[in-house]
This record gives sequence, C-alpha cells and structure tokens, in this order.
Amino acid sequence: MAFNMNPKKNPMPSQDPNVRNKNFLEVATGYTEEIAIDEAKRCLQCKNPRCMGGCPVHIHIPEFISLVAEGKFEEAYQVIAKSSSLPAVCGRVCPQESQCEGQCIRGVKGEPVGIGRLERFVADWHNAHCTELPNKPVSNGHKVAVVGSGPSGLTCAGDLAKLGYEVTVFEALHLAGGVLVYGIPEFRLPKSIVQKEIDGLIALGVKVETNMVIGRTISINELMTEYGFEAVFVGSGAGLPKFMNIPGENLKGVFSANEFLTRVNLMKAYKEGCATPIKQNKNVAVVGGGNVAMDAARSALRLGAEKVYIIYRRGLEELPARREEVEHAMEEGIIFKVLTNPIEIIGDETGTCSKIKCVEMELGEPDASGRRRPVVKPNSEFEIDADCVIMSLGTNPNPLIKSTTEGLDTQTWGGIIVNEEGATSVKGVYAGGDAVTGAATVILAMGAGKTAAQGIDEYIKSKNK
Amino acid sequence: MYKIVRKKCLNPTVTLMEVEAPFVAKKAEPGQFIILRVDENGERIPLTVADYDREKGTVTIIFQIVGGSTIHLNSLEEGDSIHDFVGPLGVPTHTAGLKKVAVVGGGVGCAIAYPIAKKLHNLGCEVHSIIGFRNKDLVILEDEFSKVSDKLFVMTDDGSHGNKGVVTAPLKELIEGGEQYDEVITIGPLIMMKFVVATTKPFNVKTVVSMNPIMIDGTGMCGGCRLTVGGKTKFACVDGPDFDGFEVDFDEAISRSRSYLDFEAHAREESCNLYKKEVK
Repeated sequence: MAFNMNPKKNPMPSQDPNVRNKNFLEVATGYTEEIAIDEAKRCLQCKNPRCMGGCPVHIHIPEFISLVAEGKFEEAYQVIAKSSSLPAVCGRVCPQESQCEGQCIRGVKGEPVGIGRLERFVADWHNAHCTELPNKPVSNGHKVAVVGSGPSGLTCAGDLAKLGYEVTVFEALHLAGGVLVYGIPEFRLPKSIVQKEIDGLIALGVKVETNMVIGRTISINELMTEYGFEAVFVGSGAGLPKFMNIPGENLKGVFSANEFLTRVNLMKAYKEGCATPIKQNKNVAVVGGGNVAMDAARSALRLGAEKVYIIYRRGLEELPARREEVEHAMEEGIIFKVLTNPIEIIGDETGTCSKIKCVEMELGEPDASGRRRPVVKPNSEFEIDADCVIMSLGTNPNPLIKSTTEGLDTQTWGGIIVNEEGATSVKGVYAGGDAVTGAATVILAMGAGKTAAQGIDEYIKSKNK
Repeated sequence: MYKIVRKKCLNPTVTLMEVEAPFVAKKAEPGQFIILRVDENGERIPLTVADYDREKGTVTIIFQIVGGSTIHLNSLEEGDSIHDFVGPLGVPTHTAGLKKVAVVGGGVGCAIAYPIAKKLHNLGCEVHSIIGFRNKDLVILEDEFSKVSDKLFVMTDDGSHGNKGVVTAPLKELIEGGEQYDEVITIGPLIMMKFVVATTKPFNVKTVVSMNPIMIDGTGMCGGCRLTVGGKTKFACVDGPDFDGFEVDFDEAISRSRSYLDFEAHAREESCNLYKKEVK
C-alpha cells in the first residue's frame, strides 16, 4: 500500500463560522469515506506505535486505521470497540493533540495523522450503517451498581456488562449521560450520539435508573446491603462550581458555567416549547480559559449575544482549552481578552450585572504548575459592559457521597482517594473520573472507568472463590 | 413516571398533591425537598416535602400557582403522572434535642412548616405555631397545625380570620412575655423571614430559616441556588435549605429570587384563555 506523504491533515469539513455561530447544529460535519481513506493512508503503521501509549484506553490505533485505509469500516469499528465504549464521543471531544496525535511520528515534520477525526468517522459510519444492537452477554449472576452516568460510569458499566455482570447505573438527573448531556453543547457533541451510545449499553443489559441521587435517595451502604450489589463504582463527577469571591458575583445575570450550560444543553432553554428560561443577553463575559469556557461563550453567541468575551488572566498560549476549540471560538467571533483578570462585577439599580471591572496582567516567573505566573499591572483598571457574566473556573467535588458514606477517605480538597485498581478505602467501592481527579477530560474519566471495571471484576472473582 | 394519587385544592392558588414515589417516601424527612418536571419539556422545579407516607410509598407536595410550570402541574388530575420526581434533597431540618420551639409559617410556607411542627411534636417538644396569611380565603392547614401545636396563632393581614396583623407581632409578644425558645424555625416569603429574624435577633433567639432559591439540578452542580451566609457563598441545595437566619443576606436573596419574574408573568398571561383569544 502506498502511503500518503502529504504533510498536512485532511481538513475537517465544517459549517461556515458565520452560519454556525447562529445555530446549534454540529460544527464539524465529519470526513467522507474518500477523505477518511486518504487520511488513513497517512499512517505509517509504526512497529512501535507511540500513539497507543498516548491513549488512556489504549485503542489499537494503527490496526483500526489500516482497516479504514482498506475501506473496511465496520471491521475498524470493531477494533475500536474492543477498547472504547464511547468512540463517537471520544472522536469528538478528546484532546487528541496532547494524547494519541501528540505522539504521532508524522507530527515531527508535519501534522500528525487525524486519529480523532478517523475515530469519529468510523464510529459515525458504524452508527449510520449498523442498526444491529450488540448481543446481550450471558449473566454471571453478580450485581454491580454504577453511580453516575457520565463518561467514567458508562465506560465502567459497559466493560462490566460485557463480562456478564448485571449492571445498574444510577443517575441523579432526569436524563443519562452526565457531562455529555448537561455540559458539552449540542454543536460539539449532538445529544443523539450520546443517546445511541447509551442505547448500546442498554442492549448489553445495563439498566439505567434516572432520578436517583445516591447519597440521598439510596446510600452506598444500602446499595450493598439492602439491594444486593456486590460492588459499587462511584463516578459522580466534579460537582460544585467555583467562584472567584469578588464583589458582585451574586448579582442577577451572573452564572456558573455549569448553570448556564445546563440551562442550554440539558434543559434546552433555547428551544421553543421548553419551559426552562434563559435571558436574552447583549454583552456576555465568560471568565476562564478552559473547554467549558469556550462552550459557554460559543453557546452565548448562538443564543444571540452581540458581543461575547473570554476573560483569561494568562496569555493566549496558556489557554487550557483544546487548540481546536479556541480556533473555532475565534472564527465565530468570540473576543479574547487575555492577560485580563476581573476584580469586581458592577450591578445596576435592579441588582443585575451591567459591567465587569478588570485589571491587566503580565506574565512573571513560572509558578508551581510550570506556567508563568500572571501579575497585576499597576493602574490598569478598566471596565467592560456585560449584562451577563459566566464564571468558568472549574469545580470542587460534590460532598454528598463523602458525607453519606462512612469510612470513605478523601483528599483534603474533597477528591475520593483510590488505589491503582480504582478501589476506595471502603471494601467493594470503587471510584473514578472527576470525583477522584477533580475536573479533567472525558477520556481520562473513561480510562478510570475501565481500570475500575477490571478492579471490580477481580474483586468479585476473588471474593467468590 | 410518578402517579398522582390524591389532589386537593387548598385555596384558589394553592394545591396539594400526593404522589407515588416510594424511594423518596422511604427517606424523606421534614425540611427536605424534591425536584419535579411536569413533562418531558418541563423545567426542574424544587418543592419542599409537605408530608410522606413510608408504607404507602407516597410523598405530599403543596405548591402555589405562580408561573407556567405550576399552572401546568395544577392541570394534572388524580391518576395522571408527573414525568420526573427526585429526592429527597437537602439536609433535613435539625430537630434533635429541641425542647421548645416557635414555628413561624407564612402563606404556602406553612406547608413546609407543618411537617416540622409535627415532627417536633412527636419528639415531645413544646411547639408554638404562628401561621400567617393575606386573608381567610388563603388559610391552609389550620386544623393540622392545631393538632401538633401547644399554642397556635393564626394571623391574617386584613383580620378576616384569626387575628389581624403580621406573624412577628405574636412572636415578639411571646418572647417578651418570657417564653424561652431553643429555636425559632421560620418558613415563608423571604421578606417575612427577614422580619422574623429582625424580631428575634435583639433577643438573641437562634432562628433557622428555610430558603427556597432558584435551582436547576438540586444536587450541587449548577450553583444557581447560591446565597451569602455569614459572608460566604453557600449552596442551598447541599448546604441547606435551612440556614442560620442571623447570617443570611436576605436583600441579596430577594434580588436573586426576582431573576425570572418577567418569565413567570409572561407564562401566566400565555396560559390565560382570554389572553389567547384576544391575541390570536
């Protein structure tokens, strides 16, 4: 087979920036079969594939890509499915540039192979062409409970179901999917794709119980004593939003990114006929520089705001968001106010925010994180008009599970402590995802769900010997 | 789906519903709340648990008809089902060890105050209840309160039932008259709770207020329900809904509670048949 030695990735077909910034349809429309085959031929099929080492769930990347190059798309899907429960999701939201693609040898002299784009293509091709649901494995008679239906919980549930466990997933909200449905917007991850992945798990025999707040409706201890679950996986996510503790943060019109995005994504506040309200804003200031900040800013634009700002205290280079998200946001017209830090939110006579007061920053010496520490420029105060401010500063772990589970050890900052198998200090209770690490990525959460599924399998096997 | 097994109109704007929700009924305690969605496009609305029957597996809610979602909820009848019903959420009201408590309820807040008064009464605590309403047509749960209260004061703004005046008048008299309360527990409109706190503070009687701010998830994820308590940001859904009344920034809470007033008014107009006919 002849390799394609083009140094550049095949570009991702996408909606025009000035069209998509007014709708909630998916930004990237995906590779065609021809483009996918062409891109797949850029993979050199390394003997020691470094890309796999960069993948938290160790997908056999060269193998699936060589099948794409041969046009064997379903076979390629089956390779991915061995390692990943949510390929259509990961192909869209993984930070490939710092994982698989960051390791790709083609990236040394040009652009790496578009592994994420190919993964997405393969998963979408499978979803479009294969209506057959997976076969339900024979039950091994052991019951496992999964708390939370986000990426770590769904992965753990899927892996255990494939091994024959009777898995029940408990979700606090009215809809399964966790951050994939309440956090990540439709234009980046269509909710129909998430639902398809969940339907696949249900076909494997996984039960999904919504409206169940573990820690309140049922405690973890009760799951294991009264309800007969032999092990529990806690993937309850990150939880409480952080604020800056500056004056004016509790004015009307100031939201956490979680609230803003939940109103838009989970509650569909932008749609006619949905009861959840969201205000029409003119000038929106989003504070923070991560993927969630980009999602909030781009959602605000689509809701009709005239000006949307990203306010970030370090420089453009330091933005923690994926480069692609930053580029998309810039193309769509988001205004980046970097090296800028808010010090106060100013309200009008009705108690609604009207301005955000900021200072300019400059970068000093590197701090503990290795990034250059931003310091305030003297006498640099200025104001930006903003009738809506969205705080996107990350989250603190939800205290609910810790406070209702006796003997569960946590870090001082609240994260659940686990060993390398994902086991917590309580026998039979495993954990992973943001509840353990604090806010991180979908794929890291999936990796943790996978690790814990193995740990649970070994635990139950050894217990029943 | 969660079936409505009983519906009762308590007054023209307040309705009681008993709903089949066995998991919630099993765990609910006074002071906790549930979140419901009327249908698949509904918003998530928090309502405090008014009563529960662990054996029947039912939870009772009492709600005031204020906006689109409560109008819609009120349109459901016995035998109909509510799409989502989750709970119990929040921390139960602290009742252990209390010997003498004044329970002060206002309007539909009395629906929340009642299970607390009942629980305290059952624990052997002396309960003095003061319940206030705008007028006699809006009075709810008077008989229920009288059964669980050692003293009961019913107040109306216009004097059309009980005594004329606000709830703080008898409260002040009782405290000045030498009643030594371990706690005053108050639930009602924010402005009423603010005045109850203003009444008890000079006497330094510990006062617990039950906050009901705007919420979405109710599990500590959205931060919409945040309040300033003792100068710190607290989340009503996980830290509350009960807080030390002396510490709560009521003016901020009142301002935040008005975030969506226009939407509520619009929803009311939209659901009015007369309005529809005139416009369409």
